[in-house]
Amino acid sequence: MGKKIGRSTVKFGSPVCISNAASIVGPKEGEGPLSEYFDKILGDELVGQGSWEQAESKIVNDTVNLLLQKSGLSTKDIDYVFAGDLLNQTAGSTFGFRGIDINYFGIYGACSSFGEGLGLGAMVIDGGFANRVIVSASSHFGSAEKQFRLPMEAGSQRPPTSSWTVTGDGCALLDKGGHGPFITSVTTGRIIDMGIKDQNNMGAAMAPAASDTIYTHLKDLGVTADYYDLIITGDLGYIGIELLIKLLGEKGIGINKKISDCGIKIFDRDKQDTHNGGSGCACSAVTFSGYLFELLKGKSLNKILLVPTGALLSPTSVLQNETIPSIAHAVAIENL
Amino acid sequence: MEYLKAFLVGGCICVIGQILIDKTKLTPARILVMFVVAGCILGGLGVYGKLVDFAGAGATVPLPGFGNLVAEGVKKEIDEKGISGILTGGIKAAAGGITAAILFSFIAALIAQPKSKSNM
Amino acid sequence: MISNSEKERYKNIVDKASPKSNVLSDCLKAFWVGGSICVMGQLISNYLKSLGLDKGTASLYTSSAIILLTVILTSFGFFEQIAKYAGAGTSVPITGFANSVCASALEFKKEGIVLGMAAKMFVLAGPVIVYSTVSSVIVGVIYYIYKYTSFAK
Repeated sequence: MGKKIGRSTVKFGSPVCISNAASIVGPKEGEGPLSEYFDKILGDELVGQGSWEQAESKIVNDTVNLLLQKSGLSTKDIDYVFAGDLLNQTAGSTFGFRGIDINYFGIYGACSSFGEGLGLGAMVIDGGFANRVIVSASSHFGSAEKQFRLPMEAGSQRPPTSSWTVTGDGCALLDKGGHGPFITSVTTGRIIDMGIKDQNNMGAAMAPAASDTIYTHLKDLGVTADYYDLIITGDLGYIGIELLIKLLGEKGIGINKKISDCGIKIFDRDKQDTHNGGSGCACSAVTFSGYLFELLKGKSLNKILLVPTGALLSPTSVLQNETIPSIAHAVAIENL
Repeated sequence: MEYLKAFLVGGCICVIGQILIDKTKLTPARILVMFVVAGCILGGLGVYGKLVDFAGAGATVPLPGFGNLVAEGVKKEIDEKGISGILTGGIKAAAGGITAAILFSFIAALIAQPKSKSNM
Repeated sequence: MISNSEKERYKNIVDKASPKSNVLSDCLKAFWVGGSICVMGQLISNYLKSLGLDKGTASLYTSSAIILLTVILTSFGFFEQIAKYAGAGTSVPITGFANSVCASALEFKKEGIVLGMAAKMFVLAGPVIVYSTVSSVIVGVIYYIYKYTSFAK
């Protein structure tokens, strides 16, 4: 059994193995720098469906089935799934899992959902309540724009601080035993709101949450940032990372050589016109399930801290002129 | 000359909008509303009409022209029909544009299929 | 609890770290595209007047033609690309109004042609109509009072 250490961290008694992962992404992500790492790149964002929402659910469904197939498992072998996305009532995941016969937990942490899922999944396994858990997180550019911004064909200029919602789904299979990599500890975030209102600058809204969680994680475990080969946030983008380095620097933690961001990794800013970088639940989910998992498997990375970040705004809260509450969850993943 | 005036005035009105978009936190919808209301007030005062005389389409095609149109319309209707013109004049003047936008969009929506932004 | 002074300080850091739009280049693009749309309007209007149409009718047909063109470009996915370049150059002329109506109609078609497409058609353009209607009434009231009092003299 694991134990709670410090204020917010759980350290697992027997580390939970991430035994497999699968990722499906949209065409734009497939043109990005990480294209070779994804399992499947879609030819078009509608995937033969009639709407963005249906397309997102289809991607979720396909990715889970792909993960099962890659792992040689059937739905009977999986105890629980933790799945999240950005849509109202987390419809992307629920409709995606329709017809998949696994006990289902729907979660919402905006773009931090993948981190939330990994944390909950690992705790459930280490607690002895499950042997195998699937974690899924998805987003879709079309459905996210429709819900949070403007209709697709409405002409507008995206501000330079805005980010691009990643289309895709990333799934990880957590296993009680296996060869690793292993989730060794998780630090659950708190809701942090530094008063940022601009929904087109979510990196700025989320950076304080990432800073708080990373600081707490290192303090709880009593290690320095040097312990990790890489600390990688979810979707802070270029602006958010700059702010994060500054915020942690003020607390005496120098991480600028270790730090990266999934939103920066997934797109080529100059060629793909994505401004601040990628965002959305799928941003950290596919970057992990495709790219990072591969590097961990190949041992070119051995200790990483994955910190998916989420801006917990809603279209209604934006209209009501509310500030943006944010969260970040830290998941330590290591080869042991 | 007529075309140059239309180009310069129309362009300048758009530049005002662009500065508001880039330099303020106002949403595009608010900026468009401000333009229409400003056009309506200036139209009511008879100022915008002078700009229309000068720049033609340069003043009528941008959104303040829409505001001016409803202001001119309400004044004309009051002149012809009296007090009831207050209620009917504005929308009546805008009716053609609104109907065109509704009708064409309606037909387009029945025919067109959604497309993806990402392949551009 | 995070104090207001901390939030204020963070806001300043954020303002420094966030890249700003290139106002000059944005304005130049808005200027030439917006100006060109107006020139196109003038061309259409002059042509219609040369056919013998009166000013009001020519103006109505000109607007309708620009709206139709916008709707076609929007439906084929071209308008969004032009607007991304031109910014206010396409959103301030009547093209912006027509695009917002058409784009909303297309986007919400999947939710049905009554409660989706028709109900959401004015989700963006509605405010423009509401505020122009309300301000026209205010202008009308003032104009009526002004006219009445000036006749009474």
